[in-house]
Amino acid sequence: MQVVLNHFKEQIQSAISTQKIINICGGNTKNWYGNPPSGEILNTHQYAGILDYQPEELVITACAGTPLKEVELALASKNQYFPFEPPHYGEKATIGGMIAAGLAGPGRGQFGGLRDYVLGTKIMAGNGQILSFGGKVMKNVAGYDVSRLMPGSLGTLGLILEMSIKVLPIPARTETLKFQIPASQAIVQMNSWASQPLPLSASTWIGDSQGGELWIRLAGANAAVVAAIQKMQQLLPAQIMENQQANIFWESIREQTHSFFENENENLWRFAVNPLSEPFATEHVTMIEWFGGQRWIKGNLNYEEAQSLAAKNQGHATLFRNNKNNSGNVFTPITANPLTAPLAIVQKRVQKAFDPYGIFQTGRMSY
Amino acid sequence: MNAIIPPLLKSRQDFVVGLLKPILDEGSLLWEPEDTIPYECDGLAAYRQMPLAVALPQTESQVIEILKICHANRIPVVPRGAGTGLSGGAMPIAEGLVLSLAKLKKIIDINPLARTAIVQPGVRNLAISEAVAKHQLYYAPDPSSQIACTIGGNVSENSGGVHCLKYGLTIHNVLRIRAVLITGEVVEFGGLAPDSPGLDLFSIFIGSEGMLALVTEVTVKLVPKPQLAKVIMASFDDIEKGGNAVAAVIAAGIIPAGLEMMDQPATKAVEEFVHAGYDVDAKTILLCESDGTPEEVAEEIEKMSLVLKASGASRIQVSETEAERLRFWSGRKNAFPAAGRVSPDYYCMDGTIPRRQISKLLKRIKDMESKYQLGCMNVFHAGDGNMHPLILFNGADHSEWRRAEDFGSEILETCVELGGTITGEHGVGIEKINSMCVQFSELERNVFWSIKESFDPLKLLNPDKAIPTLNRCAEYGRVRISNGVMPHPELERF
Repeated sequence: MQVVLNHFKEQIQSAISTQKIINICGGNTKNWYGNPPSGEILNTHQYAGILDYQPEELVITACAGTPLKEVELALASKNQYFPFEPPHYGEKATIGGMIAAGLAGPGRGQFGGLRDYVLGTKIMAGNGQILSFGGKVMKNVAGYDVSRLMPGSLGTLGLILEMSIKVLPIPARTETLKFQIPASQAIVQMNSWASQPLPLSASTWIGDSQGGELWIRLAGANAAVVAAIQKMQQLLPAQIMENQQANIFWESIREQTHSFFENENENLWRFAVNPLSEPFATEHVTMIEWFGGQRWIKGNLNYEEAQSLAAKNQGHATLFRNNKNNSGNVFTPITANPLTAPLAIVQKRVQKAFDPYGIFQTGRMSY
Repeated sequence: MNAIIPPLLKSRQDFVVGLLKPILDEGSLLWEPEDTIPYECDGLAAYRQMPLAVALPQTESQVIEILKICHANRIPVVPRGAGTGLSGGAMPIAEGLVLSLAKLKKIIDINPLARTAIVQPGVRNLAISEAVAKHQLYYAPDPSSQIACTIGGNVSENSGGVHCLKYGLTIHNVLRIRAVLITGEVVEFGGLAPDSPGLDLFSIFIGSEGMLALVTEVTVKLVPKPQLAKVIMASFDDIEKGGNAVAAVIAAGIIPAGLEMMDQPATKAVEEFVHAGYDVDAKTILLCESDGTPEEVAEEIEKMSLVLKASGASRIQVSETEAERLRFWSGRKNAFPAAGRVSPDYYCMDGTIPRRQISKLLKRIKDMESKYQLGCMNVFHAGDGNMHPLILFNGADHSEWRRAEDFGSEILETCVELGGTITGEHGVGIEKINSMCVQFSELERNVFWSIKESFDPLKLLNPDKAIPTLNRCAEYGRVRISNGVMPHPELERF
């Protein structure tokens, strides 16, 4: 492994001396996400392997190039998992790419996002130095929580080498219910259930202005799930889904293989908004997840339209899959909101602290 | 204390008071020693320093004005909440201002459907749960000082509590923070949306010990109140068996609502004090709590009991009533005052280690007891490996407190060696600043400094806390500061 680290360091030093840019790449499964990057590829796949996994510690430490599949299999063998359900978007997804992209699947609504589970990280900064932050324990308030800055930083702070991530036991029982209700009712209903002691684990609504279906996943102790099904069925007619069919559905939401995401000719917009926002007034088919907090529109909205929709609902918009070759920034700039605009300079300084020569500034994230 | 101020400091004080007087009401700016003396320390009373002045703004616009003035005039600012912190993070500096947010204590909005509350920073942690109780909701993080500590302080320390194994720390239960930069600019971290554009500055802001910006508003996440809670008290005739039982519970796929451990010196001390019904013959006891629906709790308690028995528990008692549950907990919650009864002084440590190292660390502490010839009681949040060894000493005996201090540092360094950290929830503040030199390399500390300067280039906000300078670390070994004795005896300390 030292050989691989030396190689990374050489590549970084050469980039500094030749003023080149390094585009970090794992399994190449999410290269379409973010602004189009520039730079020479640095591949992490040789720096792979699970370094430490003790189920009773509820934490796994792995190298960046470790396939996400391998990590999830190791966890599953001990009946544990990542509750934020990271999307793979391809066979070769790596754990480093998972962190850098910072994305999460259906479990995000109830169990928190990826950054909530990051405990520690080791990175190679833009000067080739190796730095460690955080650790392998749940409670750790020594120094700024630098490891949690890594999720979503898209390789622009440094080369993530290793990370320790908290895991949880797989719930004893999981069941899925399906309801036929319109979006406005679904948004209120999911939040009303979430404010009661019910073992919710995921929620997704798909439909248009004519109506749609709400999928609710319950997970927890056997008795709790059984009691919750009864309670919810008394309130609204529900179809209890067969386990296999339900698993296929939730995986298709996580991996975006569901028919909602089909049609290569349309763009896919992601909105992160106030969960209680009214359904978007749009003729496009919509998907609502995470109790209303994450919403998808498949259709050719223009950038301004999307940004104003997001701002109106106290959130931000991302041109998640850019199938129409829109050029320009796919993210909401932090200067768009007057309350985050003063942080633009702070963010720029933080980035420079990790990458003083700018060798990781591929342009993929907007600063 | 410092009733006579040196002339230079006095003229600076006059200058600062003169600048701030026009923007604050009478009684909201203090500078006479008899008024500022309550602010000379926080919960770590051994570290004391009189401030130049104390400002107690009542509105965000006053906070903005104060910070603009301090920025323009290079006046250092030490933010403060209720002053219950245990690491000296709110200890004043001689030439600076203490900015207390205690008067900003309105609950602005409660939204039961969204499960959120918008509160000002001076709102007490427990006051949030009390205000939302009618909606069957509560704010989950429960630091032991929760009746007094404020949400602004919790955000600054990333506070935990007894239930954070299952319900998370402050970072997992706060959605949005409104804050004022040293320049007076108002900013927002996080939001109601599940994520925000750009770098996740929210994450580094939480737990930043008042060094990056002043909190003026917090939106917290509320969670549904569990219908029922029950606790198991399990005895072990061997410390190692107890430590292994902790790991076995987690390995069995159970996340208890609370999982606490106490060793025999601790159970003996508390049993005499509160008569909680503890098994004082046991070498160690575990408290293992389950919460949820009645069906869920029944299922989980049965599972936990089986694992604890299989791990060699010599006795198992399950609380049958709420009164009994509270009685079982009363011993654990009174461990700190109980220590105060058996020893003139005690020094509370706060390291965290991987769960599997619990018995190893306890053995090492036993050896240290003979090395330093001081006793130690061990109570800790076993579920997340967060230890609170209480070193017993007599502060009147100079050599005893020197030994207590060295004992404490050796415990913290052992925590780092065993793969853990020097502080799990109390923060670095001024108390553990030297131990930061052990946990982080110079390069890593430089990154911390760069982050600090990214927000506060002039280093005016809570300077000289949390991150040691290179010089300080170079001197570490010779520079040792005195130890702490717990004030706020009225507060529960877990």
